[in-house]
Amino acid sequence: MNGNSLGKPQTDMETPDDAADVALSHLDSLENQSIYILREAYHAFSNLCMPWSMGKDSNVLLWLAKKAFCGHIPFPVLHIDTTYEFPEMLEFRDWATREYNLDLIVKINEEARYGRGVSYETHDPVTVTHELKSVALQQVLAERKFDALITGIRRDEDSTRAKERYFSPRSAQYEWDYRDQPPEFWGQFTTDILPGEHIRVQAILDWTEVDIWRYIQRENIPIPQMYFARNGKRFRSLGCMPITHPVDSDAATIDDIIAELETTRVPERAGRAQDHHERNAMQKLRAKGFM
Amino acid sequence: MSVVEMSEAPKLRIVVVGHVDHGKSTLIGRIFYDTDSLPEGKVEAIKKASALEGMEFEYAFLLDALLEEQAQNITIDTTQIPFRTEKRGYVLIDAPGHREFLKNMVTGAASADAAILLVAANEGVREQSRRHSYLLRLLGLRQIVVAVNKMDLVDYSEAAFEAVKTEYTDFLTQIGLTAQQFIPISAREGDNIARQASDKMPWYDGPTILQRLDQFAPAALVTHQPLRFPVQDIFRFDARRIIAGRVESGTLRIGDRLRFSPGGRESRVASFERWQGPARDYALAGESVAITLEEQLFVERGQIASLSGASMPTVAHRLRVNLFWMGPETVKVGDKLRLRLATQEVGCRIATIERRIDASTLADADGDTTELARHDVAEAIIETDKPIAFDTHDISEALGRFVLVLNRRVAGGGILTGADILAEDRNIVPADSRVSRQERERRNGHKGAVVWLTGLSGSGKSTLASAVNRTLFDHGISATFLDGDNLRHGLNADLGFSQEDRSENIRRAAHVAALFAESGVIALTAFISPYRNDRQNARAIALQADVPFIEIFVDTPLEVCESRDPKGLYKKARAGEIPQFTGIDAPYETPEAPEVTIRTAEQSQEESVATLVQEIRERLSNSRYEDWSV
Repeated sequence: MNGNSLGKPQTDMETPDDAADVALSHLDSLENQSIYILREAYHAFSNLCMPWSMGKDSNVLLWLAKKAFCGHIPFPVLHIDTTYEFPEMLEFRDWATREYNLDLIVKINEEARYGRGVSYETHDPVTVTHELKSVALQQVLAERKFDALITGIRRDEDSTRAKERYFSPRSAQYEWDYRDQPPEFWGQFTTDILPGEHIRVQAILDWTEVDIWRYIQRENIPIPQMYFARNGKRFRSLGCMPITHPVDSDAATIDDIIAELETTRVPERAGRAQDHHERNAMQKLRAKGFM
Repeated sequence: MSVVEMSEAPKLRIVVVGHVDHGKSTLIGRIFYDTDSLPEGKVEAIKKASALEGMEFEYAFLLDALLEEQAQNITIDTTQIPFRTEKRGYVLIDAPGHREFLKNMVTGAASADAAILLVAANEGVREQSRRHSYLLRLLGLRQIVVAVNKMDLVDYSEAAFEAVKTEYTDFLTQIGLTAQQFIPISAREGDNIARQASDKMPWYDGPTILQRLDQFAPAALVTHQPLRFPVQDIFRFDARRIIAGRVESGTLRIGDRLRFSPGGRESRVASFERWQGPARDYALAGESVAITLEEQLFVERGQIASLSGASMPTVAHRLRVNLFWMGPETVKVGDKLRLRLATQEVGCRIATIERRIDASTLADADGDTTELARHDVAEAIIETDKPIAFDTHDISEALGRFVLVLNRRVAGGGILTGADILAEDRNIVPADSRVSRQERERRNGHKGAVVWLTGLSGSGKSTLASAVNRTLFDHGISATFLDGDNLRHGLNADLGFSQEDRSENIRRAAHVAALFAESGVIALTAFISPYRNDRQNARAIALQADVPFIEIFVDTPLEVCESRDPKGLYKKARAGEIPQFTGIDAPYETPEAPEVTIRTAEQSQEESVATLVQEIRERLSNSRYEDWSV
């Protein structure tokens, strides 16, 4: 990305008198829908929080939140620190926290990581992901009593995410009952919960990987540089260092990445080991609270 | 097509519905396979997994990624997956067919632009084929293709295809739906999905599924409908009150005077509050925006802003609805529910169930009409705890539909067909039930008027009035056109062309026009009306009814009219076949002070129409559109 200015105006549209046949562009439609969802969440919940991985989707979400709330981020932003973070991501976190003036919470599941020594050296990736991400998240939910989490998951990432709702309830045991999801239509969402339950607000559910990149390009949204190719490799999806692998790529610019995505048939999360550790790993992880 | 164009074009959202086991998952698997939309290794992985479990590979498995689906062989929840054709991108919504998963189907289908109704050729139209079609109608879907599947099981028989087509068409017609196309397919064999199967079905020369999908249109934007801007939230990040919301229809501009319903307080838009957004002084339908007002009004979430003096939402607390119930619990008349419409939420109850409908037979359902069970469909009256603002569903999709919440979950939904007016009168209108002129104008967004075109035969009155009528209608203005010839066939059939009969003809027409104007309509008339006295009389009739009278002199020289002679009347008159023909052997008294003169011989028809619309607009202040452009 070229960091000379933060963003540029949306696609120009005709004047209103000529607007008869003007449709919002695909990206404008997605952006407006996401803003609507974020505002519904802000109205419905008194204590919400936005998990932030510093990845591309997470940064788009942050950007959309600033658009939804006129330049403010009126809730805390949460980084679940697995202690296996890439140093570049942590640098980016600290830079963006200052740049966006974020109310940042950093959470480590210290009991598991340091108390019981849960690590990639000693445990399988599904267990570590569950302990250091999902359980860490549960600990924050219990401590801070958040009633809603704004997530950056997308339908096209995974077949279980494809079935998600924009407002997806989680039980007091943090579980997702994917067998009996509430109906959701006409922009009317599930907002009533019992104590202990929370809602996952999935504001960019309908975006695809290419949409994300086009929007980053259009808006000039800051992202970590690890997505761009160095020495014939780049990261397409970012997670914990030991289980996140770069893909072969020469894509050094956003245009290159978009061109690459137009032709590739390799799944986005192919380089994320925990997804593929066993059959239906994502479904099991997600039913127990993983995003 | 370049990559950029492909991505920028709006995606079309397609829902696939049908009876269980009629082959939805197979069709969808096929579409993904044939459009090369699957991730690398997916087919191989599923083939491997199938082999491990001792099952033969099926295209349906491509979708059934969840354990439960493979175990029960049914799709458990709505899935949305992108694919693309050469023309554009799509999102395919798989709506499950099993009876108890209706809510998932509604979840999927409510956001679709078009639907594929799937019916198996060997089984024909079944209960859910009908039930789902009925729901699609309630959900407002109009773009429909019927895929007649499993043609391979009926030996690709044209007769079998035609039988299903006839049966389904009958049902769809009953519920007011039209399928744009019936396509014989075999999802398993890939016939007529992406590939023409003229080898197997030489009798079918229509499009394939993908070709037909490419012909559908994405949802139209409603920027030219009256403004509707529901208040979503009030932000107070600093001293200012910022009103957030999405423009549901129309265009919102700085300087617009907004009226907030229910309530009726008004103020002007002072600013748009955007971060990294476009520097525009307006917002179109579909945009989520934030504004400030010139005056600090008390505005709250749920209120709907419309343009002051223009068409505004109805406000009522007894609502006529068509509804469907999906909740696990049965709901009874009188049970406490929550109703949500746009951003409004109020307590409500079902006051009466007028008719419970069996959606698969369309018959009145037997039994108790004081309660609705899961999957029931009904016409009912809902009573809300306080009045809400809405439009009927035929006027506005976004403000004409609602959901019902029971026990913290959305359990039903429906569309509004009107307010229960009589009950409104009985319950809330205090004494005087007359509808005032002001109320009517506020509802319509403009005044009524008589626009009286006069001029020689062949001067272009009818053509002009008809075109102006069209233009006004297209702008949402209530207008009607009273044509002299047509009136003479009915109301004035007893009149001839003597001066006396002509005066009577004009007198009756003037009264009819005034009645239209009184009820808020712009009545355009096109009568030769050659006598000054008759026109003055028509003006007096309008003014007596307190409606504006706009006289339009269509000033076309006699030679021009005679050279046009559209009905051959001048020729006959010159030949002496028509006595007392105006301009030949009867006088035309030129208007002395018409409001407007149009010279059709000196300008194009478009210019004449534009001039006239402009003149009408300027004379009817309090008009809905300050910017009619023609």
